[in-house]
Amino acid sequence: MSKERIKIAPEFRNIMPPEYRDLVDDATWGKVDRGWKDVGASKELIEEHSLCAGCPESMAFRYILSSLPNPEDTVMVGSTGCTSLVFPHVAVHNIHSLFGNQNAIASGLKRSLASRFPDQVKDVVVLAGDGATVDIGLDYTLQSWFRQEKFTTICFDNELYANTGGQESGLMQKGFVAKMAPVGKQFEKVRLPEIARESGCHYVVSCTVSKPSLVEKVVKNAVYVAREIGPTYLQVYTPCILEIGKQSMEGLQEMRDSEKPGLRFAYKEYVSPEAKELITEIATKEKERKAVAKAALAQSSA
Amino acid sequence: MTTTALIGTKNKKGQVYTDPNEIFFEAPRDASFLTGSEIIKEAIKRSSCEMSVAYPITPQSEAASLIGELFAEGYVDIYSRGASEFDVMSICAGGSFGGSRCFTTTAGPGTLRAMENFPMWAGSRLPIQVCITCRGINSPLSIQPDTLELYYMLETGCLIWHAETAQDLFDFIMKGFVVAEQPDVHLPIAVACDGFFVTHTKDVVMMTPDDMCLPRYDPYRSPVPCMDMECPPVRMMRDPFVMKNNYISYATHASWQQEVRAAIERSRKHTEVLLDGLIEIENGDAEVLIVSSGTAVSQGRETITLMKDEGFDVGLVKIKTLRPFPTEEIKAATRNAKRIFVPEFNVAGWLAREVKAVVEDNQRVVAGPHVGGGMTMPPEVVMERILRTLKADKEELSHV
Repeated sequence: MSKERIKIAPEFRNIMPPEYRDLVDDATWGKVDRGWKDVGASKELIEEHSLCAGCPESMAFRYILSSLPNPEDTVMVGSTGCTSLVFPHVAVHNIHSLFGNQNAIASGLKRSLASRFPDQVKDVVVLAGDGATVDIGLDYTLQSWFRQEKFTTICFDNELYANTGGQESGLMQKGFVAKMAPVGKQFEKVRLPEIARESGCHYVVSCTVSKPSLVEKVVKNAVYVAREIGPTYLQVYTPCILEIGKQSMEGLQEMRDSEKPGLRFAYKEYVSPEAKELITEIATKEKERKAVAKAALAQSSA
Repeated sequence: MTTTALIGTKNKKGQVYTDPNEIFFEAPRDASFLTGSEIIKEAIKRSSCEMSVAYPITPQSEAASLIGELFAEGYVDIYSRGASEFDVMSICAGGSFGGSRCFTTTAGPGTLRAMENFPMWAGSRLPIQVCITCRGINSPLSIQPDTLELYYMLETGCLIWHAETAQDLFDFIMKGFVVAEQPDVHLPIAVACDGFFVTHTKDVVMMTPDDMCLPRYDPYRSPVPCMDMECPPVRMMRDPFVMKNNYISYATHASWQQEVRAAIERSRKHTEVLLDGLIEIENGDAEVLIVSSGTAVSQGRETITLMKDEGFDVGLVKIKTLRPFPTEEIKAATRNAKRIFVPEFNVAGWLAREVKAVVEDNQRVVAGPHVGGGMTMPPEVVMERILRTLKADKEELSHV
């Protein structure tokens, strides 16, 4: 857990791209307290992105990346869609293979890494859109949960196919008029968080990304639970402002409006008993660590 | 430690990691009388295969189950059943991205269900091996041998080797890993055999000692980074390859497609040594030649004997590798033939098209006979086709 693996030989330092030097010098890898507050301070947390201006996905991406507890040993698996336009900027190994097979890829990857590195923690995190997770890839999403594969699945729910121009998706609200739903979507939004719970996920959260500290907390919990217990699922609302007729600066408000009590993105959580125990244990240790650090700081300044 | 450094040491099952050349060319071989499915198991047992994913479909189900026994015995590290062939091939891709040697099997409709994965494997430079035990793909449902699915495989970017016998299957599986994993190749490989004819019949196979196994796969000899975060991540792209319409995107994809095909070509030099050439020639000076692959070769051999009894001199060219296609070898081997027959176990005649595309004066090529849907191809049928053609040739000449 360090930057050792990316260190540049002194002889080559001057010919390495500035982005790489920055990754070595300033990346948050190995920093115990890394989190959403590092966004903007270091290039590896997506300084630039290739999404639309103001896209909430770009916020979500940054919060998630900054919240990974073990980025130097994390591999991300993406899928086709807007997310695949950001992954090339991400400073962890990431795989894009096909549209919808992300949870099958992650299954093989996690098992391979667990077998090759039995004494090292290697986290796998899937990050894909709602089309990839719930429509074309639903079979592979569910099968990986049934099999209790130990990785986290994060779905960027923008309630439509954004990258192809705003077509109906399974997570779209009933009645919404979109391309391929010319008279409005005819059936309800698929209730994947509930299906995830019934399919064996140990930690399930549905929320927006309006509150970065909340995103940080659930991402960390999801990764820790997946590492130790079994599959976890996060469904985060990242509205496609372009396709729902909003302006660039209106994404945050759209999320706030959608997460009010009783609305479809009001915070929902399911935690299995084993996961609850683990999260409590980690929180206790974290509290102790912070107390020790605080005491040490007080002592050194005294 | 590199995997070659492990040579001479033992794995957890007591097998000695051995230089492939020693296994293939120096080690003693013993005769065994086994089915093709059992042979697949025996080859995998000696291949230091780390991961295998299974799914039932006739006629490969038995082989896939037998690999499960290897897992239970500790010869294979990771094994499970997938949810479909698409799932299986993607799980294998994940395993290979993670640096494991992966093997799986499929057949017929399974190959087509999995199809989207194969060009992805090749484009991602994943040296996964899939054993295709060919069967019909059409509706109404057929489980019988038919090689039509290989037509669909030809341009996926995979290496494709076509076994005639169980002996070929044993050798091709083990040697396939070695060629596919070369740093200048590093591509998936499909080792095909004809379902039932090879998988479900018993044959004598000369096997290498089971206390010797191939060196493990070394993912750090790959031309692309292994996705295990053990080497620096690349995040330097300003624009993903798929973005917008621009010449960089076109050029990137076009050159990568060419590179995959170039890698197939680069596999020749490794394959020639291990398989003793991409083709095998029997009685090559004959004016009538049969050119074929898979079990059609065996039927061709029977035809030669039958025709000899009738006073005709017929030769044979066996094609071992469909990709790379032995273009120059076939050209040279057929240069003096007056007639070239390409018998096939499929209705499309894809091998005849391939042969016609490379030989000079290609009206010499007769596409057929073809049998489909699981029919056998008695040598009499091949002989009848040859005699009919030769008779027509003679009549045509007499009219001149």
